[in-house]
Amino acid sequence: MRPFIKHTGIAARFIRDNIDTDQIIPSREMKTVSKSGLKDGLFAGQRYISGRKSNPDFILNQEPYGEASILLSGKNFGCGSSREHAVWALKDFGFRVVIAESYGEIFYNNCIRNGILAVQLSADEISTLGQTVKIDLPQQKIDNHYFDIPVADKNILIEGMDAISATLKQKDKIDEFFEKDEKKFGWKYP
Amino acid sequence: MHMAKTLFDKIWDAHSVLDEADGNCLIAIDRVFLHERTGSVALESIIENGYSPRNPSAVFATMDHIVSNKVDRKADDSRTPDGNVFITATRDAAQKTGINLIDVLDEDQGIVHVISPELGIAQPGLTLVCPDSHTCSQGALGALAWGIGSSDAEHAIVTGTLRVKKPPQMRIKVSGKFKEGVTAKDLALHIIAKFGAAGAKRCAIEYTGNAIREMSIEARLTLCNMAVEFAAFTAIIAPDKVTFDYLKERRYAPKEVAWKQAIQDWKTLFTESGAHFDYEYEINAEDVQPTVSWGTSPAQAISISSEIPENADKIVLDYMGLSKGTYLKDYAIGGAFIGSCTNSRLSDLRAAAQILEGRRVKDGVTAICVPGSMAVRRAAEAEGLDQIFLAAGFEWGVAGCAFCFYAGGNTFAPGTRVISSTNRNFEGRQGPGVRTHLASPAIVAASAIAGHICDPQNLKEA
Ligand code: SF4
Repeated sequence: MRPFIKHTGIAARFIRDNIDTDQIIPSREMKTVSKSGLKDGLFAGQRYISGRKSNPDFILNQEPYGEASILLSGKNFGCGSSREHAVWALKDFGFRVVIAESYGEIFYNNCIRNGILAVQLSADEISTLGQTVKIDLPQQKIDNHYFDIPVADKNILIEGMDAISATLKQKDKIDEFFEKDEKKFGWKYP
Repeated sequence: MHMAKTLFDKIWDAHSVLDEADGNCLIAIDRVFLHERTGSVALESIIENGYSPRNPSAVFATMDHIVSNKVDRKADDSRTPDGNVFITATRDAAQKTGINLIDVLDEDQGIVHVISPELGIAQPGLTLVCPDSHTCSQGALGALAWGIGSSDAEHAIVTGTLRVKKPPQMRIKVSGKFKEGVTAKDLALHIIAKFGAAGAKRCAIEYTGNAIREMSIEARLTLCNMAVEFAAFTAIIAPDKVTFDYLKERRYAPKEVAWKQAIQDWKTLFTESGAHFDYEYEINAEDVQPTVSWGTSPAQAISISSEIPENADKIVLDYMGLSKGTYLKDYAIGGAFIGSCTNSRLSDLRAAAQILEGRRVKDGVTAICVPGSMAVRRAAEAEGLDQIFLAAGFEWGVAGCAFCFYAGGNTFAPGTRVISSTNRNFEGRQGPGVRTHLASPAIVAASAIAGHICDPQNLKEA
């Protein structure tokens, strides 16, 4: 996974409470076999009007927010169904950071697992953020605001670590195991 | 002092790479199987993240879930709208990662849990995982096989390991002789009905006893298949001569010297006397009746001649269109399906054909048979079974999961009562509003002829 250290990008303001994962990506949009390729389905319910034309009132359809990499929202963002597709769709669109007042717990974990920084700020702090926002994860700063993040999550993001890379740190032991195993149970290794 | 070990302990210990402080264990994975519906995401993600399989020759992918079951299907044809992306993506990703691919039109194609034993990929003592909940079927060969998620599949493919918490263990001993006409499917439904759908919560079940020893591998596969409907982590049966005879000369089974070594190792795979289980149960084979599910959980199953229970849940009865105190045989059916990883092997088709021979499916019943693999289909055709099915009025499809689950596309009409040789009867499993009754292939065949749920023994001579 791509490590997350510092990031500067355009922040799209979609301030509402209880944006659930079904709004982030409706189930009918989960058509692909990939964790990517889901960007067209992101916020499909709001983003398109009939005939799948782009809805001019929706923030991501307005310049320059089609290029946004930071999403600002309200309380309980990503609540509802556990679908990891919600995070995959955000990531695929180009989002690297979500800043909201609070999160659905599974969604938050899925974010970290997929290298997306999900930060909690107060509504007041969020309201002061401009069109371009600067994040420094080691310093735990968003522009001039300090934020909290569990240290384990911070490390995972900074190191760009996923379950696979964590396990691969034990690669020597795994190799050693398989070497012995092959000697002992040769028939298993055609 | 030597601690007596269970069969499960032996395989677990032999695969333990690391014991981690948090109660998890890093377990070596010998084989990974994928299918196009969930495996495709895992493969694509591996490529995207710049990983590669640790051992591509130990990874297999098949196309079974959403492939077309029409006789003239093309390589990309899907039975669900837009399903072809899953097929083409799996094919591309399999080529890029260099894993073994069993493609739609290959002669070996079929349902993952049918072809893995058939090709000798599932073997005693191996760990085998697949992003599919019915992977437990393959424990019938004495493998430690279980279903995982798509992210875990990535992990297993790339690292050759999985982080797993050791499950509790349960032993179910089945003794005595089954009555005429009673099958492994009836036993599976009997056990789940007896102990409940959560009766084996996260347990590794070992099936033992003379009644299990006397079962064919195909019957053992049916029994182990339904362990997940019993909430088990998996099920396993100690390998024996039946297993060895089944595996010998199969495509991916060890050959020559390796075969001899394998047999030596496989013979050590049994539970030692005095080994500890967290739960132990005994079933008397004579007590098992031909069993059919009436509700929307596999635990809601009764002997085919019993009344619908007095205490049945009203919501379930409404969905199923049943009344208390009535009998299953009182209900007309609109559909009959023989197929799925539970009951779509040669012995299943023979049992059904025996009943269908010289008879016709009742008017108004849509009857479909989809063999579990192309190899099963060819073997059945070599015996003329296809002609029996077709003459009786059954459709004769090409291999895949077919009507076992609904993924959009064609299915039975809402409200249709379907007798089915599958494993899940949840609301909507076979389509919106479809009422599924789980049963053995023989009961499905007899019901298709009678036009209502019917015990083969009560089928009137036509
Ligand atoms: S046949 Fe049914 S239960 Fe078996 S793998 Fe296919 S969909 Fe799953």
